[in-house]
Amino acid sequence: MIVERPEHEGSYVRATAKGMGITLRHLLNPNKKTQQYPDEKWELSARLRGTHRMAVHEDGRAKCVACGLCPTVCPVNCIKLVPAEDENGERYAAIYEIDEFRCIFCGYCQEVCPVEAIHLGVHYENSEYSRERWVYDLERLCEQEHPVTALWDPSDPASE
Amino acid sequence: MPSISGTAFGIATLVKALLFFTLLMLGVMLATIVERKIAGFIQDRSGPNRVGPWGILQVIADGIKNIIKEETMPREAIEPFFLLAPALAIIPGTVLFAIIPFASPLPTRWGLVEMIVADVPIGFLYVLAIASIGVYGVAMGGWASGSKYSLLGGLRGSAQMISYEVALALSLVPLILLAGDLRAPEIVSMQQTFTAGPPTYAVWFIAPLLLGTFLFFVSGLAETNRLPFDLPEAEAELITGYHTEYSAMKFSMFMIGEFAHVITTAALVTVFFLGGWDIPLWRGDNIRVLADGSVIGDPTWWKTVLTAGMFAAKTGVVVVLFMWIRWTLPRFRYDQLMDLGWKFMLEAVTVYILVIAGTILGIESVGIEVGPLYAGILFAVNLVLAALVIFVMDRGTLIKGAAHGARHDARIAAHGVPRLAAAADEGREG
Repeated sequence: MIVERPEHEGSYVRATAKGMGITLRHLLNPNKKTQQYPDEKWELSARLRGTHRMAVHEDGRAKCVACGLCPTVCPVNCIKLVPAEDENGERYAAIYEIDEFRCIFCGYCQEVCPVEAIHLGVHYENSEYSRERWVYDLERLCEQEHPVTALWDPSDPASE
Repeated sequence: MPSISGTAFGIATLVKALLFFTLLMLGVMLATIVERKIAGFIQDRSGPNRVGPWGILQVIADGIKNIIKEETMPREAIEPFFLLAPALAIIPGTVLFAIIPFASPLPTRWGLVEMIVADVPIGFLYVLAIASIGVYGVAMGGWASGSKYSLLGGLRGSAQMISYEVALALSLVPLILLAGDLRAPEIVSMQQTFTAGPPTYAVWFIAPLLLGTFLFFVSGLAETNRLPFDLPEAEAELITGYHTEYSAMKFSMFMIGEFAHVITTAALVTVFFLGGWDIPLWRGDNIRVLADGSVIGDPTWWKTVLTAGMFAAKTGVVVVLFMWIRWTLPRFRYDQLMDLGWKFMLEAVTVYILVIAGTILGIESVGIEVGPLYAGILFAVNLVLAALVIFVMDRGTLIKGAAHGARHDARIAAHGVPRLAAAADEGREG
């Protein structure tokens, strides 16, 4: 496509000189925009929805009561839950796995959980060498230590 | 001290060839990191900085990566030529370096060693001959890949390099008129002592041949396939052109070839127009080896080191200029490239030869001797010519293609839509 432009407005040498001036200014500008990532990190929002973590009781058991709400509400079926009952008749999760690779971090599981057991966390650095490692089992979910995601507060819609 | 001769000459030449090749490859390594740093700085990024201090070891990391990566061989590729092309891409850039005088002669126990691998008497013609070979790597790589993108890139590359070779060759003719010698060391010493009598001032040929420098530089940009002339690579249209199908070290060899070519072109600009290894405002480095082997001046080893440093600095500045241009200017459209080459550069350089030859004839018939006044008159002529050239280029009719658009619009206004396009429109409606 040829851009319509009056002939007298055309310029190459002047435009080149101007461009060279601009790039020279940037070349010598010491204020680089690059963030030196592993050394400097972003300040994360308290509402960032990242890697999950499971809340635990004081004795170390997961708070999960295996009610089955989170696998039901999960839009991408990334939660696998097999419930079981102990000798007191209390339900617990025999298998609880979250495929972080499949998860879209919508946060519904955290919102729907009646006992505030499963949470999303303010944490995003979870790269792995294999896909299998992305499936977090219950033990691993309980071990996570990052802060949990704050839910949206209607009285403070902008989270200020 | 007599010049080195006999077996010692052979050994010295071998050592120099090895040394120069090593230095050139080190220069290429440095150039890749500098290129990426400059690219980063111009875009307000910091460039590679994680491997080693200032990211300097990044090149080694890249080299290791390229060596251990998988080599791919496309099914359609023509194997022997596909393998040969990357090697051919490296050769011209490195071989061209043989005629570049790198520093002042070095006195050794066995005689005076000139710091040039091959002091061929036809240095200038050698430059042109080897520069033409550069097209083979590109064309062969493009054709042997068996891919349409590569083929188009290779064809573009060959057309472009052949077109600009004419301007490249002719832009050196005024230099030969002025220097009166085809040997690169003679051209350097001519710039150091621009006078027929005792040495006075160094006159770098960039002053009396300002426009020639510009034309040579532009043709050099085109010859090395660097932006704004990197049509053979044109990512937007051709993926990466002639080296689309190449991977790992073979791709790396194309890159090494390109950077070697850039460094060599910068070194040629330095030798021909920036005084070579001449240190400005110092006459101690005016050392000249005459054809019969006698030496004017006083060569010492530390002068060799100093002048080598000076040469490297000048070449470095030109290389940085190359990179600065690359990260500033957008790529030409293909017709603009050809227009610039054939309809402007060729004419400009031809007229330039005539004007410079005429001026030299005029000056010498008036009786002005080679010296500052001689150079001053040529400089004034060059300024006028450069102003003219810049005015013509800046008009925009030449490069921008706006005039073509305007003419096209006028034609449509006068005669309606051209028949072919109209027929296509009818076909679409029907």
